[in-house]
Amino acid sequence: MPGQDHLTVTVQRGGPGAPLRPQTFEVPAYNNQTVLDVVSWIQQNADPTLTYRFACRVGMCGSCAMMVNGVPRWTCRTHVSKVLDGNAIEVGPLRNLPVIKDLAADMDPFFDKWVAAEGRHHPTRTREEEIAPVNPQAEERQAANAGIECINCSVCYSACDTVAGNPDYLGPAALQRAWTLYNDAKDADRDAILDAVSGKGGCHSCHSMGSCTAYCPNELDPLSAIAGLKRATAKRFFGGRR
Amino acid sequence: MSEFHLYMAQRLSALVMAPFVIVHIGVMIYAIQGGLSAAEILGRTQGSVFWFLFYGMFVIAVSIHAAIGLRTILGEWAGLRGRAQDGVAALIGLGLFALGAQAVWAVTA
Amino acid sequence: MKVARAHPLWLAYILHRLSGIGLALFLPVHFWVLSYALNDAAKLDAFLTLTEMPLVKLAEFGLVFLLAVHLFGGLRLIALEWLPWSAPQKTWAAAAVAGSLFISGTFFLQAI
Repeated sequence: MPGQDHLTVTVQRGGPGAPLRPQTFEVPAYNNQTVLDVVSWIQQNADPTLTYRFACRVGMCGSCAMMVNGVPRWTCRTHVSKVLDGNAIEVGPLRNLPVIKDLAADMDPFFDKWVAAEGRHHPTRTREEEIAPVNPQAEERQAANAGIECINCSVCYSACDTVAGNPDYLGPAALQRAWTLYNDAKDADRDAILDAVSGKGGCHSCHSMGSCTAYCPNELDPLSAIAGLKRATAKRFFGGRR
Repeated sequence: MSEFHLYMAQRLSALVMAPFVIVHIGVMIYAIQGGLSAAEILGRTQGSVFWFLFYGMFVIAVSIHAAIGLRTILGEWAGLRGRAQDGVAALIGLGLFALGAQAVWAVTA
Repeated sequence: MKVARAHPLWLAYILHRLSGIGLALFLPVHFWVLSYALNDAAKLDAFLTLTEMPLVKLAEFGLVFLLAVHLFGGLRLIALEWLPWSAPQKTWAAAAVAGSLFISGTFFLQAI
């Protein structure tokens, strides 16, 4: 950043007892600086009480997601130069989730919905039996593979306006997980999955606005996964199996 | 009615209406040539079983479709939940149907 | 914090929602005016002469646009949900808007 040796960083701070309010910091600018670097600089040099969350710093764990200039992002994989607005950035906790404190969002509702969407394995065999071979070329395997790299960072959940308006809505990540399991040859209870995503706040609450797919840092496509669930439930309604 | 059944009713009423809407737009473009008059409209529609069925089915489908759509919007944008949400949506659907049925009867009977 | 959302599919969503609300608000009026035909055709005629006013013409264009945009936006949605969905969705959204503009534009040209 030629000519600019400082960034103006606005951080949304607060928690359950105190509504979020912005606080501005001047942070030294460096080359190849990530948003997580900036947040860490503030915590280490300006205000040690700043609360945030991170673990791996390389885009594998999904714990450092925050709102950056209105877009939910992995802060560890977001270069400041990419998101700088003038000479400023605004950082806040993930949207659509309760705030624990400052930049740390409470992920509980997100994971509860993961379970509510029947995002768990229903085995076809016991451990006494041989492992069933999986055909990697099968069409349904390809559909499952498309969503399997989700690391539960909640970026899609924060991006979604349907989640914002409808607290019951399970959200893109949980529904994509359900679609992945639905297409898993080793899953024994597809009807249970379709039942779980057909209730209040299920896949039919989605309006295909596609913010999940637009902002997924792993370039996954929950929008299409949810469309797949809608199609599967409609097919089941008309009596077709798959 | 589960959320899923409302979804199916929403999509199926939409599919029923799609050809109606296209014909409706076509008739509008045709009918406004040289201005609109009550006599012209009634001359086309009065006593016609075809237009009675056409607009009758159109009104039924649109009442279902609009009520379900507005139910969702009342939930997401007005914060209505549960019985209040369902009740208001049902009233909208019935109201639209009553007004629509009256209009269809007026122009085709 | 202002949330960034202006990508094509989100715009298609908001257009579909707002056009739906617009149509739902217009429908009762539409039905009410038509039901005049039952008891008072003269009243209907008096109302219909309003449609010659340029401002009302513009409003009519708006209504036909709402209807067309909601129709094509809805067909796009059903195609996205029920047909094999690997097709490029953004192209559908763009085609929906283009088709709506074409149809309502035709209406507008015929009406003036």
